[in-house]
Amino acid sequence: MRSLPDAFENWFRQKGWQVHDHQLQMLKRSQDSALLLIAPTGGGKTLAGFLPTLVDLAENPHDGLHTLYVSPLKALAADIKRNLRTPVDELGLDIRIEDRTGDTSNFRKKRQRADPPHILLTTPESLVLMTSYEDAARTFRGLKRVVVDEIHALAESKRGDQLMLALARLQSLCPDLKRVGLSATVDRPEDIAALLARHPDPCDILQADPGPAPDIAMLETEEAPPWSGGGAAYAIPAVLETINQHRTTLIFHNTRAQAEIFFHKLWLANDEGLPIGIHHGSLDREQRQKVEAAMVRGDLRAIVCTGSLDLGIDWGDVDLVVQIGAPKNVKRLVQRIGRANHRYNAPSKALLVPANRFEVIECQAALDAVLERDLDGDPCGEGPLDVLCQHILLRAASGPFLADELYAEMSSVGAFADLTRATFEACLDFCATGGYALRAYDQWQRLQQRPDGAWQLRDPRTAAKIRMNAGTIQDADLLKVRMKRSRGGKPLGEVEEAFAASLLPGDTFLIGGQIVKYEGLREMTVEVSKDSRKKPRVAVFGGTKFSTSTQLSHRILRLLQQPEWPDLPQHTVDWLTLQRQVSRLPEPGRLLIETFPHDGRQHLCVYGFAGRNAQQTLGLLLTKRMEDLGLAPLGFVSTDYATLIWGLDPVTDAAPLLDRNALRSGLDGWLAGNALMKRTFRGVATIAGLIERNIKGQRKSGRQATFSSDILYDTLLKYDPDHLLMKITRTQAMRGLVDFERIDEMLDRVGPRIDLLALDRVTPFAAPLLLEVGKVYVGGSAEERLLAEEEAALMAAAGLTDPLPQTTNKATKSA
Amino acid sequence: MKSVEFTLAGAQLTALGSGALWWRAQDLLCVSDLHLGKSERILRRGGTALPPYDTRDTLIRLEQDLRLTNAKTVVCLGDSFDDLAVLDALPDSESDWINRLQAGRRWVWIEGNHDPGPVDLPGSHLAELPLPPLTFRHIAEPGQSGEISGHYHPKVLLQTRLRGISRPAFLFDSDRVIMPAYGTYTGGLRSSDEVLQSLLRPEARAIVTGQTPRMVALPRPKRG
Repeated sequence: MRSLPDAFENWFRQKGWQVHDHQLQMLKRSQDSALLLIAPTGGGKTLAGFLPTLVDLAENPHDGLHTLYVSPLKALAADIKRNLRTPVDELGLDIRIEDRTGDTSNFRKKRQRADPPHILLTTPESLVLMTSYEDAARTFRGLKRVVVDEIHALAESKRGDQLMLALARLQSLCPDLKRVGLSATVDRPEDIAALLARHPDPCDILQADPGPAPDIAMLETEEAPPWSGGGAAYAIPAVLETINQHRTTLIFHNTRAQAEIFFHKLWLANDEGLPIGIHHGSLDREQRQKVEAAMVRGDLRAIVCTGSLDLGIDWGDVDLVVQIGAPKNVKRLVQRIGRANHRYNAPSKALLVPANRFEVIECQAALDAVLERDLDGDPCGEGPLDVLCQHILLRAASGPFLADELYAEMSSVGAFADLTRATFEACLDFCATGGYALRAYDQWQRLQQRPDGAWQLRDPRTAAKIRMNAGTIQDADLLKVRMKRSRGGKPLGEVEEAFAASLLPGDTFLIGGQIVKYEGLREMTVEVSKDSRKKPRVAVFGGTKFSTSTQLSHRILRLLQQPEWPDLPQHTVDWLTLQRQVSRLPEPGRLLIETFPHDGRQHLCVYGFAGRNAQQTLGLLLTKRMEDLGLAPLGFVSTDYATLIWGLDPVTDAAPLLDRNALRSGLDGWLAGNALMKRTFRGVATIAGLIERNIKGQRKSGRQATFSSDILYDTLLKYDPDHLLMKITRTQAMRGLVDFERIDEMLDRVGPRIDLLALDRVTPFAAPLLLEVGKVYVGGSAEERLLAEEEAALMAAAGLTDPLPQTTNKATKSA
Repeated sequence: MKSVEFTLAGAQLTALGSGALWWRAQDLLCVSDLHLGKSERILRRGGTALPPYDTRDTLIRLEQDLRLTNAKTVVCLGDSFDDLAVLDALPDSESDWINRLQAGRRWVWIEGNHDPGPVDLPGSHLAELPLPPLTFRHIAEPGQSGEISGHYHPKVLLQTRLRGISRPAFLFDSDRVIMPAYGTYTGGLRSSDEVLQSLLRPEARAIVTGQTPRMVALPRPKRG
């Protein structure tokens, strides 16, 4: 038990600051082996995390590393360094503080390993690399505390799992290491505490005062939102008006592409010339930093942004947050709302802007959830094994290890507490030999066992390769976009390779808020020039599309059951009322399915409310079932709430379609050959170290030596379908892109209560689905059909409508 | 299997969807860039342990094409092995398999840059094989005609309504055919690459491999 030393007490007083109770608590409990602090933005969270360190260093001189600070953002590490300098300098403390991220020079990184500062601020990836060197024990000698900031954000990803494995390693090197986690408000703090602590050590949770409820509402617009789509262009005039009424507004979007379009349209309508910027993860770093700096100076009235501004850095004077499109997830919405008004004890102000009619309902449900502080979240699953494999390789890079010790160390990580010895051995075998059913080339094992039983790299030079592949962040294949100039012009950002491949010279697209014209591809860089034409295409950036959370979906279903909806705008009330009259509104414990003829085709609409990914999977499985049953499906489209399928024949009995076993076996058959599996496999194989990461700059257009990971997937599927990486891929796809868990959840929820309504025309709820983009056309031969279409067009475009005299261009069956 | 026929220097040739070339008049099947043993070589040289099923998969497909065509002559157009040391590591089951495929056939191993020396397997080992009006060699030589070569692993990117589709492809004009790679673990070089463009006439065409091979005009490189 300790209290604040006088010097610190005075310093707070001079600043005119009140020490928060949770800050004192953190100090008092500085000897807890693990402690989690939950505090809202602006609650002095970071200082609370560092106070025990500063007090200890002020009183007890220390040699070498004392405290390690880990944050998910590089920028946050740099920002904290600045903020920490103030109390350290003003208190006259002799403390060395440095940061270390991917941007730190190699020279400096090397020096930091030999002569570490007292406080090192870093990212999970940089820390993992530090622990993979042979001198790790020396670097971390004397380390007393580790502070994990924004741990709620890390807990949702493999980055967190990898970080915790690295902490387990540090704990072995420094047994007295104390762990502190700093988190925003979350639904299950005890889950995060279990991740943070060394298993099975306890980890207490300190809850700071959450502050007043936010001031949050739906934006009122003269025009009703459209029936479908995600742009929210209708709201531009109203959004401009609110920007005008506030000092600084953050305008959040769910996807980068939507942010680009919205920014473009906002700019076209910005007659007053309000200074507005754009910020998202696909923009060039320099561009982003420029916007950030302008923001801190208070030069901008609004920033159109994405998740890239969800976390961390203290922005100037944001007094309004606008969320465009349904928030999909209440927890993230609350964190975004927290970006407005960084002063503790003042309510944050936020406006929600539904992009279409259905999102009006979702926004209302989310609003209710925020006010009731009812957050959502899925339970953390077991730790992913691809990350475990990478950790084994990194451990080998740092020197020989004993399997028993490594297994014990890994089992002390909360997410891997249930790891069986057999699974561990399978991962070790994968790292050592590849783990194939066919035992080939064992003389070339990557890891070998020494006579004393310790495992080591067969070839020590592979350590460098292993380090190069460290990390769990998956970039889709992204290409840099630059202004064309004789020798590389200004970098603008990145787009997905597949999008770049679809561009023809002269095509225009939006990036960083400007319209550019595609000029050509040079050395894996997309070269563009300025163009002010009005109709750009929509670029495809990296980034994730979120599904509406389970809890929010349930809330929507409950909201639909209300006899009337005094909180909803009239246009939406009219729509719901009409649906109730001509059909039914979906109910929580039942599954509504509508069938109706429209436009010469039979339609089937399944209101599963299972989220975008699961509804998409459901579409694929149902159309496959329908094909088996001879119902000739043609295609389908999915949203977070429903899947609409069209085909030649009407469905008269829904129960056989939704038979769980049939869906599951359909899943097994379909899943294996699916592109989502291949995409998941690529991520898994890269993290597990089977595929070497494409290092930027090393990639040249078309090296014939490299081949696609799809080939490896197909090969394993054919010859070794039970290989460890295939199992990992299946597990992760079921949770992630395929999301069969949500289909299971839906089937559990509805049981046998399926209502099939045969109607004579399209219903008010189904009509917007007909307008949705992203329709999927079924038929295993789709690719061949597309090529067949293209064959004639390509020949015609080249002026080759007739075959050359000496060739016959016919597809024949040869004997 | 579906196929596409075309002529080179008067010889009637059939491009199979598998990436093999069939010269019916000579009862000859030509495959290029098998890269047998690639996974072993990568591992031996300190790379990762890729699934060791590539050799087996390539041989299975070759066996299918041999059954389909019943070829009397087989020409492996170079880079049949990922390097010469691969042969020593080849499991008995796989070298026996190759012997089985060779039985009762004339078999020609053309040298490639990956396998420049003679290989310790039956068959003729040649730098190139002239068989008028055609000549088989690993790397195309500018100015030649009636030439069948491999080496570049050409692939073609086709823009379709929904997305680009990239496939290994035969590239040909009135002088030469550049064969796609047949091996399972092989990548490709875009047909728009300067090397390939400079070897081929402007009116060159491509036959993309796959279930249904298709002839298309050679896509022009994109230049801004």
